[in-house]
Amino acid sequence: MALTEDDVRHVAKLSALECSDEEIPALRATLAEILDYVHRLASVNTEGIEPTSHVHGVVNAFRDDIIKDSLPLEEVAGNAPDFAAGSFRVPRII
Amino acid sequence: MEKYEAVIGLEVHAQLLTDSKIFATSSTAAGKEPNTLTDPVTLGLPGCLPVLNKRAVDFAIKLGLATNCEIQRVSVFARKHYFYPDLPKGYQISQYDKPLCTRGGIDIRVGGQKKHIGITRIHLEEDAGKNIHSDAAAVSLVDLNRAGVPLVEIVSEPDMRTAQEAGAYMRQLRQILRYLGICDGNMEEGSLRCDANVSVRPAGEAKLGTKVEIKNLNSFRFVEKALDYEISRQTALLDQAKEIVQETRLWDDQKGATRSMRSKEYAEDYRYFPDPDLLPLVVGHDWVEKTREGLPELPHQVFLRFKQMYGLDDYYAELLTEEKITAHYYDQAVAIHHSPASIANWITTELFGRLNKEGLDMSRCPVSPENLAALVTLIDEDVISGKIAKTVFDEMFQTGASPKAIVEARKLKQISDPAVIIELIDEIIKNNPKQVEEYRQGKTKMLGFFVGQVMKETEGKANPALVNSLLEERLKGPVAKYSPCCE
Repeated sequence: MALTEDDVRHVAKLSALECSDEEIPALRATLAEILDYVHRLASVNTEGIEPTSHVHGVVNAFRDDIIKDSLPLEEVAGNAPDFAAGSFRVPRII
Repeated sequence: MEKYEAVIGLEVHAQLLTDSKIFATSSTAAGKEPNTLTDPVTLGLPGCLPVLNKRAVDFAIKLGLATNCEIQRVSVFARKHYFYPDLPKGYQISQYDKPLCTRGGIDIRVGGQKKHIGITRIHLEEDAGKNIHSDAAAVSLVDLNRAGVPLVEIVSEPDMRTAQEAGAYMRQLRQILRYLGICDGNMEEGSLRCDANVSVRPAGEAKLGTKVEIKNLNSFRFVEKALDYEISRQTALLDQAKEIVQETRLWDDQKGATRSMRSKEYAEDYRYFPDPDLLPLVVGHDWVEKTREGLPELPHQVFLRFKQMYGLDDYYAELLTEEKITAHYYDQAVAIHHSPASIANWITTELFGRLNKEGLDMSRCPVSPENLAALVTLIDEDVISGKIAKTVFDEMFQTGASPKAIVEARKLKQISDPAVIIELIDEIIKNNPKQVEEYRQGKTKMLGFFVGQVMKETEGKANPALVNSLLEERLKGPVAKYSPCCE
């Protein structure tokens, strides 16, 4: 599968990454190498094998519906770059 | 035959009434101070792991069974990626290619006709936080209290053809959710939300038209209005041979129109993959069967039972089963006094009317089913008239007192003794010779005048049927002094 420069732009947009036009060719080439490498897995015969969604082979870890204390607001705010009046502040989105 | 046909499918999100979040221990309570219901998992802090709330799964299985779905033995949680400030992890935990429930459906009734609407799938996922946009500043505020609240997403088949059918489907779903007690169904507060997919194609055409998604329809009225608008918008475009763009639109109720929000992102863009933090969910046969046994009687079952057991017609059966609490109230009242038609009528007219006027719902109804049954008993046993019963009901509603106590305290007992009534009638006949003459000359309408006089004298307590027949009899001929001993 050939990776195009448009694919790179599309993925960058979805990932909210800024890439300059100059960076695109190099990114395309390195990304394509990674994809080709991973793509070698496709040569393995997986006929009749259920897709694996988890590697441990265990299922069903549950918790009961019990409320525990919330994190204090100071600690919630502690990791935020911008926090005011009890809320996270971000650049206006609408 | 119409020239075009609309094809509608709905995606409904319902918040589940668990106490804690789907993968975390914070409370799901609404209306708290911003960001006071969070924890490391909800905030998406590194190094913490989500653990699935078993009750959320129980609720989703209940819904699956109530909507005739197959409960999948194995389902898998997946990450759905997109960037928005209300989504702290950068992905929403949802289910993708292996949802919990598949291939079900429910019946709706529109204009007396039954129609089956298929349900493609029901899956579990987490809600996002809330963004608050202030006009004053160049910032948006993020509140993560709602982040991680459990949701079920119910995806219908594109089986609806009119806005009315979509509204009926939505109402039916809400009713089922509320009967199951797993969602409060409050659309205004967002605990039940709806996105609609709609396309229009020439009638008879098998291929679907271009699909438009309408977001955030937060009332039944909006669902119907937005779909009606969108169907005529698309129809007009087809008529002019113009292209319909695949996009997401928003309903603007002030303008009474939908407007374009963004062109549709394709499914691949979300980069779904199985969430390695969560184990596969395996729901065995026993779990499903135990849940099935614990299901309450569902709305359509109560509807049918009311028709069969109590002989109600569709109209009354529908009104009385709309809310579980009303159906239960009705069952209780009829069990005490078996007068199904009369009790149905009292609930749907007097009681609903009064509750509505006071802005109350059934959960805060001041009249107990026992007292309503007692009131209808008093009417059926001719102790009070239907008219007096309304006065009694009024006081029952205000004070919660029993009708018997009110009738006794206010001496409202019906007068059914013919001797007492005849005495009154004769007095009235004597005092109104002009009206008597008119009546006897054929102006039979005058009877109403005499009934009114009797009721006035008795403060409405005279038995109306008795008054009527006695009046007719006494007005017929010259009045002899009434003396029971002469008969």
